[in-house]
Amino acid sequence: MKGNGEVPRIGVYVCDCGTNIAGKVRVAEVVEFARDLPGVVVAREYKYMCSDPGQDLIKRDIQEYNLNRIVVASCSPLLHEHTFRKATAEGGLNPYLVHHVNIREDVSWVHEDSDEATRKAKAIVHGAVLRVAWQKPLEPQSVPVRDSALVVGGGIAGISAALTLAEAGKQVYLVEREPTIGGHMAKFDKTFPTLDCAACILTPKMTAVKDHPNITLITYAEVEEVDGYVGNFKVKVRKKPRYVHEDRCVGCLECIEACVFKEPRFPNEFDLGLSKRKPVYIPFPQAVPPVVTIDPDTCLYLRFGKCKKTCVEACGDRNAIDFDMKPETLELEVGTIILATGFKTFDPTRTPKYGYGRFPEVYTSLEIERLVNSSGPTGGEVVMRNGQKPKRVGIIHCVGSRDKNTNPWCSKVCCMYSLKLAHLIHERSGAEVYNFYIDMRTPGKGYEEFYNRLAKEGVHLIRGRVAEVTDAPLHPEEEGKLIIRVEDTNIGVVRRIPVDMVVLAVGLEPQPDADEVRRLFNISCSTEGWFLERHPKLAPVETFTDGVFVAGACQGPKDIPETVAQAQAAAANALALMDKGSVEMEPNVARVNEELCSGCHICIGLCPYGAISFNEEKKVAEVNEVLCKGCGTCTAACPSGALSQNLFSDHEVFSEIMGVLL
Amino acid sequence: MAEKPKVAFYWCGSCGGCEEAVVDLAEDLLTVAEAVDIVLWPVAMDFKKQDVEALPDGAITASFINGTVRLSEHEEWVKLLRRKSQLVFAFGSCAHLGGIPGLANLSNREEIFRWYYKEGPTVHNPDGHEPTPEFRQNGYAFELPEFWNTARALDQVIEVDYYIPGCPPPAHIVKDAVMALLQGQLPPKGSVLAGSRALCHECPLNETKPEKLLLKDLKRPHEVIPKPDECLLAQGLLCLGPVTRGGCGALCINAHMPCTGCFGPLDHIRDFGAKGLGALASIVDFQDEDDIERALEKIPDPVGTFFKYSLPASLVQRRNMGGKTS
Repeated sequence: MKGNGEVPRIGVYVCDCGTNIAGKVRVAEVVEFARDLPGVVVAREYKYMCSDPGQDLIKRDIQEYNLNRIVVASCSPLLHEHTFRKATAEGGLNPYLVHHVNIREDVSWVHEDSDEATRKAKAIVHGAVLRVAWQKPLEPQSVPVRDSALVVGGGIAGISAALTLAEAGKQVYLVEREPTIGGHMAKFDKTFPTLDCAACILTPKMTAVKDHPNITLITYAEVEEVDGYVGNFKVKVRKKPRYVHEDRCVGCLECIEACVFKEPRFPNEFDLGLSKRKPVYIPFPQAVPPVVTIDPDTCLYLRFGKCKKTCVEACGDRNAIDFDMKPETLELEVGTIILATGFKTFDPTRTPKYGYGRFPEVYTSLEIERLVNSSGPTGGEVVMRNGQKPKRVGIIHCVGSRDKNTNPWCSKVCCMYSLKLAHLIHERSGAEVYNFYIDMRTPGKGYEEFYNRLAKEGVHLIRGRVAEVTDAPLHPEEEGKLIIRVEDTNIGVVRRIPVDMVVLAVGLEPQPDADEVRRLFNISCSTEGWFLERHPKLAPVETFTDGVFVAGACQGPKDIPETVAQAQAAAANALALMDKGSVEMEPNVARVNEELCSGCHICIGLCPYGAISFNEEKKVAEVNEVLCKGCGTCTAACPSGALSQNLFSDHEVFSEIMGVLL
Repeated sequence: MAEKPKVAFYWCGSCGGCEEAVVDLAEDLLTVAEAVDIVLWPVAMDFKKQDVEALPDGAITASFINGTVRLSEHEEWVKLLRRKSQLVFAFGSCAHLGGIPGLANLSNREEIFRWYYKEGPTVHNPDGHEPTPEFRQNGYAFELPEFWNTARALDQVIEVDYYIPGCPPPAHIVKDAVMALLQGQLPPKGSVLAGSRALCHECPLNETKPEKLLLKDLKRPHEVIPKPDECLLAQGLLCLGPVTRGGCGALCINAHMPCTGCFGPLDHIRDFGAKGLGALASIVDFQDEDDIERALEKIPDPVGTFFKYSLPASLVQRRNMGGKTS
């Protein structure tokens, strides 16, 4: 048998994985087969290869049989390759002399037939045995990790992560695209299930961010470009001009008072258009940074170049207003990145049967959050668009959730916030409140208790998916009302419930630009568009790109406690990386054989990581091993065969194919 | 004085260009003729098969064989020469990789005969005669070599020691090979006696190549007058320099024509055409399917472009004709 110079002495270990593998694959038969393969000195079956005794088998055999190559056939290398490399190293061999193949996800879990599964497992083991003989000892490269972090998104997730990192002494850059941090939580009045005031618990955190010496807050800005790799990211942030110097503005708001528009005329985005603002505005009184922003789309001077500029006058010596402000690009260098870009709420015009946009008194839950908020457009009074107070209110759950026509997933927070809104609306207006739900989902600490409390408070809880909201009356008492038509599945009757106000409990969706963001940071997302974690159970805040972590609802629907927990977990992961100070890179990098390279340039434009450059002196291509991610593109494209990749040499790849096919 | 080394030249399915290449040695040919004893050279000297058969096995130091193995006669001769020779040199693209005649592997004997002896527009053959191995007329028996279905590179028929690439091999490549032989300085067996890197390495235009080579469009040579001082590939001309073994001195490029790949692939490349196609696919910067369609129109003959010299030696070797190929 051919091999890498030395005579191969291979140990083959086939794992039962309890019954996960052994339930389908006849493991003993695979072991018998492996024993007769060229170079194999010992082949064993074991119940759990990843367990300590399983790993000890490898270590002992390396010593006892003088093994120089190891093959483990078990689960996905994603899960346990590292385990077996470590065991191999502890047994005294270079960790890259082990080859780990997957006969669980790739074989036992996907095949019905035991014979076929066993045959496939043998083929895979055969390939591994032929391949491992060619594997070479490799040394992973270690690169330093910068002691600074980028947090993208200034909602409660980003705020929590940034504060945790800053408290640990790391330099944090917090980038937020809106003029203020606070995110969705800043819009809420109360939080479930404790009904404590959202602002009371959030604004101190926001101020802490502003005041923390280790946090550089960059609002009204977006990340434009990300370069580099774990430990050494280079990030370009584009700061939109707010036409006000943040360092000079003291937040006195005199400019707003002085604006040539005597009355606020433009929809206030923060209040979802339920209130008006002027061209110069502050989203809400506790905004951080506490500075005004001038909206170029409505400011007379910025639109037409003509205005008395009474705002500048009012600002006086502070000179904070600057109409010549241009977009600015900041370049940051960070070791780790936490993405906390949040979610958007479902647009209910996609479900026209509920009348949003058609009937003025149909609201989204987020609009109601503003209406019941004491710092909202009505000072917390539940006043409808027609100026009246509602006597009856219907809250429709699962709008844009659990619906195959829109979004199939459960948005997780809507049942609880709908109960909270029912409580607040009743408390503020005395209205009778109906909640229409498919299933009442209240798992969480104190959540079921909250539900019981609401039931006792006299909220009508009707189990049924609402068919439609209509303004066409059938009975005199329905005149001038919105009628909610629903099958009450608890009593098996179709009901028509006339109300004054309808609240749509809209679900959570990925941000509309989530796909661009994930490309920017080179991470994956699920089919729905939520950012994908490295492992759903065991690596929930890591991503497949080292050094990039996710937190909060950008990874999937989450309530505030979960979001904060995840943000702090992401911060802890980032801290672990930064405090270790260095990171080992997988040595599966591409290399150029300078003797063979003709300098044809074909590989250079191909590299997705910009890792290849042309050495003008030697006239050959050069791979930056730190930037190389081992994707293999250049190696496959090289017309001279001058590029090769560690762990994927032609010998390794072809002999594995041969083994599988033989 | 020691006996001079015996040398043989032979041609199989060949255009004669490789014979010219030997003559291209010019005055160096005299030096070579001086140093060796030529025992076979059909184009220039009158030796018969019996003369070669009469030599003891291994008596010839080196045979230089060009052309594609196309006929039974070629096969007989190369097997004879293999027996009589210590070293066999595959001379030129046809012997090396199958060459241009190897493109006949897109057909088989039946199709070729039908066209050339019956259906071709200039053919006058009312009785529909086709070449047959045996033919009798007026009481005389004639024999013709058999025409194989598949054209083959030399090493698909006999063991080959060295390869002299090129269509035809440039004089300096031939001279270097002969000198290496005479001076006993031949590299390891199986070597291709030319450059070890792709043509770009020695191409005078390589310096003008942009750092990131990306093509928006392809052009055919007759459509443009190429700028003399810019990489042809960067100008959109399909130059196979990145894929092709160097050593020729960029002869075609110096004449403003793109490389068509006659020196074949580098040592670690299994299939020249596939690599060429891969190289092109790697540098095209197309946005949509229409771009791809438009570019492919500029390659009207993909096999003849990417496998111009190497179809028999490629992984596919020939067109699959449903069992009618052998």
